[in-house]
Amino acid sequence: MPEAVAWNEPRAKAILAEFSGLEGPMLPILHALQEEFGYIDAAAIPLIAETLNLSRAEVHGVVTFYHDFRHEPAGRHVLKLCRGEACQSMGSEALAAETLRDLGVAWHGTTTDREFTVEPVYCLGLCTLSPSALLDGEPLARLDRGTLVEALEEVRGQ
Amino acid sequence: MTRIFVPKDVAALAVGADKVAAEIAAEARKRGAEVEIIRTGSRGMLFLECLVEVETPSGRIGYGPVTRKDVPSLFDAGFLDGRGHPLWIGKPEDHPYLARQTRLTFARCGVIDPLSLSDYAATGGWRGLSRALEIGAAATIGEVTKSGLRGRGGAGFPTGIKWKTVADCPADRRYVVCNFDEGDSGTFADRMIVEGDPLALVEGMTICALAVGATKGYVYCRSEYPHAAKTFAQALEIARAESYLGPDIRGSGLSFDIEIRMGAGAYVCGEETALLESLEGKRGIVRAKPPLPAHKGLFQKPTVVNNVLSFVAVPHILAEGGEHYASFGMGRSRGTMPLQIAGNVRYGGLFETAFGLTLGEIVEEIGGGTRSGRPVRAVQCGGPLGAYFPPALFDTPFDYEAFAARDGLIGHGGLVVFDDTVDMAQMARFAMEFCAVESCGKCTPCRIGSTRGVEVVDRIGAGVKPAENLALLEDLCQTMKLGSLCALGGFAPYPVLSALRHYPEDFTPRAIAAE
Ligand SMILES: Cc1cc2nc3c(=O)[nH]c(=O)nc-3n(C[C@H](O)[C@H](O)[C@H](O)COP(=O)(O)O)c2cc1C
Ligand code: SF4
Ligand code: FES
Repeated sequence: MPEAVAWNEPRAKAILAEFSGLEGPMLPILHALQEEFGYIDAAAIPLIAETLNLSRAEVHGVVTFYHDFRHEPAGRHVLKLCRGEACQSMGSEALAAETLRDLGVAWHGTTTDREFTVEPVYCLGLCTLSPSALLDGEPLARLDRGTLVEALEEVRGQ
Repeated sequence: MTRIFVPKDVAALAVGADKVAAEIAAEARKRGAEVEIIRTGSRGMLFLECLVEVETPSGRIGYGPVTRKDVPSLFDAGFLDGRGHPLWIGKPEDHPYLARQTRLTFARCGVIDPLSLSDYAATGGWRGLSRALEIGAAATIGEVTKSGLRGRGGAGFPTGIKWKTVADCPADRRYVVCNFDEGDSGTFADRMIVEGDPLALVEGMTICALAVGATKGYVYCRSEYPHAAKTFAQALEIARAESYLGPDIRGSGLSFDIEIRMGAGAYVCGEETALLESLEGKRGIVRAKPPLPAHKGLFQKPTVVNNVLSFVAVPHILAEGGEHYASFGMGRSRGTMPLQIAGNVRYGGLFETAFGLTLGEIVEEIGGGTRSGRPVRAVQCGGPLGAYFPPALFDTPFDYEAFAARDGLIGHGGLVVFDDTVDMAQMARFAMEFCAVESCGKCTPCRIGSTRGVEVVDRIGAGVKPAENLALLEDLCQTMKLGSLCALGGFAPYPVLSALRHYPEDFTPRAIAAE
């Protein structure tokens, strides 16, 4: 995964300038900020509020409403494990419990070595090949403990 | 030069399609064989992915499921000439899974290069748009109405009526919004068609725009679908380059363009008014209706919001006429429905068929029963807010009204199969948990009731006053049904109540403790 850039205001302002001309620019801005920095820094909120002529509370409300936006940096690799019913029908809940335990994190948590962040998702549209996951945006299917550990080990340290 | 087709649908990628394509290229180089590899969408026979097809003088011949290590043996067997191999399946369209389908919406999916304008045009693409331009706005809406098409996003509202409402609403600006949030677990038809035939969505939305007088379109794509988003963005560029989008569509003087916007992981943003709020840059809170989006939608302007499949059905309807589409189906469910057979099932995939097959035919005959080989115990129909059906109800025909009569819903056409190891109390608990996680927070029964629901199921499991808690759970479900503004809180009780009704044995403390 491309390494996220450390938060910096000039870069954030450039992103704001790039998107603020759109109709309804809020989500595109937030996605672009998260893409760049890996999360939405608290310092972004007053900047967005000022640019879009909104109150800070309104911007904060939007950022916290959506599950995608992180409030702190993620690990080097993001594992999104599906918890949808089609994945549950093939044992995803047990797989998730084992994976979280192995990595020593809870949902949304990041391992102490900052390698992995594990997030729940509710369906990836891979429901005939369950259980499934996205690892750094790449799809994994018909997972079991062995294949998931293998996939994690393959990216570890990269 | 032999043409070889390898899917790049994300589901095929998940089982190694890129590696298969690379291996075929490498092996061909090694053997001095001249091949051209074309990346397609998926045929929807996901149990055969990665399904590789080879063009031969007698048609395309398929092989699947292919993994990288099968590639040398395919060359050895002479697959470039369509010869036999243990993975040989013959012509894909003759495979019983496809031969039994009626592919109107998914006719091109898995067949063409999704980003080739010439493939699209050669397979009947743009015929619907040409006809719409020829007959004009009112007659276009007339065809859609005649087709009997009902919204494929879940609520089943007649599409023609919605379009007419927007067209008739005076305004200086109108919008066409495509709901590509596809939040229902167990569904993937929107994703598959956007990856496999994105120009059909462009065409369907453009026909809608000219019918209602809209100049701007948005596709709201869930963030869980990065691959589909990328393909669609490329399709927009291709369409624009040939003026299928833009200020003067194919010399007609009409102006329309489409932008893709990403959601941010909120299920409720699939609800049309929450989606509009989200597009406007706000929290995805459901709006009270009225006003309808058709009157006051995006930025308070008249707006058509339709599901991907609703739009993609339209080019065919215009090209062949509304009556042709309506000739398929049963009762008030006209046309075809792309079913998505998923979960613990042997032949999982996309199955487009006229309405009317029974649930049993779909799960047992087409789906082939469970992948685990154990007996089927439950099928959840219509996503996370849909009821669980036991085999005793497998005679229910797939039809909006027949499902409703059994307290179920078709929704977006997803069917998730479970074997006999499923714990239905856990599934009921999950339905409540999901509602709690995804509630937009506007209604108390949905926001608070769902959290209470999780606790009550836990208490039943722990053997705490089971009779009282079961009554409390039923009560809570009724309150949520009655006191919720939208179907998230209003329908989350359906999976819970169906689990209680059909699987009461799972709600005894003994059953839960025995785990
Ligand atoms: C909680 C909730 C989630 C929904 N999710 C979706 C969705 O993901 N995709 C969709 O097309 N419709 C979804 N709907 C239905 C939409 O509100 C709306 O009915 C639909 O987009 C209209 O398009 P159609 O008439 O073509 O079906 C959802 C509704 C609710 C209440
Ligand atoms: S039912 Fe739930 S999701 Fe729907 S409007 Fe009410 S609180 Fe929001
Ligand atoms: S439920 Fe997991 S991919 Fe759809």
